[in-house]
Amino acid sequence: MIIEIGHYTLVLALAASVIVSIVPAVGARKRDLSFMDVAPIGSIVLFILVAFSFGVLTYAHVVSDFSVRNVWENSHSLMPLAYKYSGVWGNHEGSMMLWLLILTFFSAMVATFGSNLPDTLRANVLSVQAWISAAFILFILLTSNPFIRIAMPPAEGRELNPVLQDVGLAIHPPLLYLGYVGFSVCFSFAVAALMEGRIDAAWARWVRPWTLAAWTFLTLGIAMGSYWAYYELGWGGWWFWDPVENASFMPWLAGTALLHSAVVMEKREALKIWTLLLAILTFSLSLLGTFLVRSGVLTSVHAFASDPTRGTFILVILLTFVGGSLSLFAFRAPGLTAGGLFAPISREGALVVNNLILTVCCGTVLTGTLYPLVLEILTGDKISVGAPFFNMTFGLLMVPLLLAVPFGPLLAWKRGDLLGVLQRLYGAAALALLLALAIFYAEHRGPVLSVLGLAAGLFLVFGAVADLWFRAGVGKVAAPVVLRRLKGLPRSAFGTALAHAGLGITVIGIVAVSTFATERMVEMRPGATVETGGYTIEFQGMSDAAGPNFKDDRGSFIVQEDGEDVADVWSSKRVYNAHQMPTTEAGIVTFGLSQLYISLGDFTHDGAIVVRIWWKPFILCIWFGAIVMAVGGIVSLSDRRLRVGAPTRRAKLAKATTPIAGPLAFPLPGGDPEGVRISSRFAPDQGLPGALG
Amino acid sequence: MTRKQKRLTVIGAGVSFIIAAVLLIMFAFNESVAYFYLPADLATNPVPAGTRIRLGGLVGEGSVVRGNGTTVQFSVTDGTGQNVKVRYTGILPDLFREGQGVVTEGTFESGNHEFIADTVLAKHDEKYLPRDVAEKLKEQGLWQQVQADRPETRK
Repeated sequence: MIIEIGHYTLVLALAASVIVSIVPAVGARKRDLSFMDVAPIGSIVLFILVAFSFGVLTYAHVVSDFSVRNVWENSHSLMPLAYKYSGVWGNHEGSMMLWLLILTFFSAMVATFGSNLPDTLRANVLSVQAWISAAFILFILLTSNPFIRIAMPPAEGRELNPVLQDVGLAIHPPLLYLGYVGFSVCFSFAVAALMEGRIDAAWARWVRPWTLAAWTFLTLGIAMGSYWAYYELGWGGWWFWDPVENASFMPWLAGTALLHSAVVMEKREALKIWTLLLAILTFSLSLLGTFLVRSGVLTSVHAFASDPTRGTFILVILLTFVGGSLSLFAFRAPGLTAGGLFAPISREGALVVNNLILTVCCGTVLTGTLYPLVLEILTGDKISVGAPFFNMTFGLLMVPLLLAVPFGPLLAWKRGDLLGVLQRLYGAAALALLLALAIFYAEHRGPVLSVLGLAAGLFLVFGAVADLWFRAGVGKVAAPVVLRRLKGLPRSAFGTALAHAGLGITVIGIVAVSTFATERMVEMRPGATVETGGYTIEFQGMSDAAGPNFKDDRGSFIVQEDGEDVADVWSSKRVYNAHQMPTTEAGIVTFGLSQLYISLGDFTHDGAIVVRIWWKPFILCIWFGAIVMAVGGIVSLSDRRLRVGAPTRRAKLAKATTPIAGPLAFPLPGGDPEGVRISSRFAPDQGLPGALG
Repeated sequence: MTRKQKRLTVIGAGVSFIIAAVLLIMFAFNESVAYFYLPADLATNPVPAGTRIRLGGLVGEGSVVRGNGTTVQFSVTDGTGQNVKVRYTGILPDLFREGQGVVTEGTFESGNHEFIADTVLAKHDEKYLPRDVAEKLKEQGLWQQVQADRPETRK
């Protein structure tokens, strides 16, 4: 009975979302407050309905109600309780429910915290959110209903895919969805602004916290997914350029660009149209990701089920929202007023470079991901585009960005002084290069390129420190003044520095692992030893072990350094009872930021076992950097100006009437109104080819 | 520099970055894209030695031979009875079994007809057959849809 109530609640949610889709939008047109007020209440009701429905599904999983097909297919009564909870979204239907839950959660958040928004904007934003909700509820009800019953309930379930029985499943999908569904809010704001035909700096200020929050979650979600794949799959890799990974990485790239262009818009009223377009593109890429993962056009660890009707349905959703919003953009964007002026060498200029490179890189990833699909449809040829392609293109194209990042925050708005900034960064650059050489000599291996890579990563870190250093005036003023200045800096300055330093740490990790990692693959018998990374690994032998729902064939190892035992570790071949499917559990030992990674292979014909051992120096930097980036995002999010909210109408009026803030106040040498138009236009023109691949 | 020149420089720099990116993408596609083949395709349409391809099919029954250390030899076959000998050094995936679907990536050695694989994929599901393999096998009429243990569902 409770299952049917959950099912029915979802149908009610569809009705609620249709009402919120239409009534407030009509209200906004007619300027009817009572119509517009439906939006916040309706969005919260919608969230409650979806949350209840999701709760029912969770209940069915927790009590192992095998009369529900979704539970029978993906659960087992002996599974640990934690996996029964996380197993709710460890399958196609459940993960779509999670998607929907998070979407409506964001709508409810906008409804709750959006009281300082203009009425019409809030009504329109929530309406657009409700359109997306309605489309996805319909998708779930028609093609992926998790509440379908089985006529003759079996006694036991088929169990969750063993690879998914891990704490990673509890963390990775919710974080990832909070990220890429979070961008729906930016999308809704963009579409609402286009519907109203009006956009200003305040808009950017309202959108910024949502972008930051989504970006922070997405950063963590991707990093978590990467670490999970690294320890669970037993291949020792942390990023495979798998289409599904790319699907989550593209919104991250576009979202990072959006984060930066929104700053320009907020501070200088420039790049407005481009920012709108980026907001639309970012969420479009999220939808594309959902399509690629959920439709089954790609096979991967993530493709739970492939059913052509689902693929077609998501494709229709995708085309409707992307096509609709881009057409709206095409109609309305030319009518929007252009913003402020700036010289090429300036903070704005640096942020344009950031946007250019990020969107082009995003376009590259998009091309590599979709090319095999397009080629197959057009010619029937099947090809694979793998890591070499992405390393060559994406890797090279990102280099200028990495080098440019430390310059951005040090450049002044409007018209910067590159020479001055260069002088300030001498110290950081020299230090980075020296330390990179030191690390290189310590490791004794790797081509010269890796030194440059390490230097780039370190430059990012020191550049971030230099930014704060010069802002505080260390060395120029007395220590108490430095402290006071640091205190006085906006939190977003610290957020920027942290995020950039985090990127640097990730780069250091990536370069160090790709060049200094060593891999040994050997046949081992009990008592045999292998040396790698300065450690001696001794194989102890195999033993049997059993877990609640699996059996292990465990190989034990002792790790020694200079003759002393420093760690015990085991790696195993694991077979799950219900699936009879073998998986490899890697044995991982952490030394500081580096790891030893041991993975068991097959037995050879004479009874030895093949063992693969990697020494991965500084690998933890990759994920640690992502965490630092996310902390930067959170610090930025706590900035006073975001907490206090958008400027009041009075402030905006003052701005409009004061001639000094007009576009002509700070002209370029010889600036004129034509310059205004061109400078705001050139950004979208430049970015489009890249973004659309 | 006049304003116009300045603007042109900026736009020029942006456009040349995009052009560089496009050229790089085209170059990379040429260098690193691997086409997918079944043994039957190779019989009618041989690939020169040194060209990187993906070879997919079923692992031949009784063909897996473990050689010295970590080197494994097996054959990849398909519905037409054609088969290709593959040599691989490394750890085979957990789901690698005789008679099951597999995708390997690598090149043919010049001189003999042995395929030297550097990657062997058999993905993470007991029901899983690589899609490329499944589709090509369907074309050959070798594919049986396994719909065994699915109880009837009630709407």
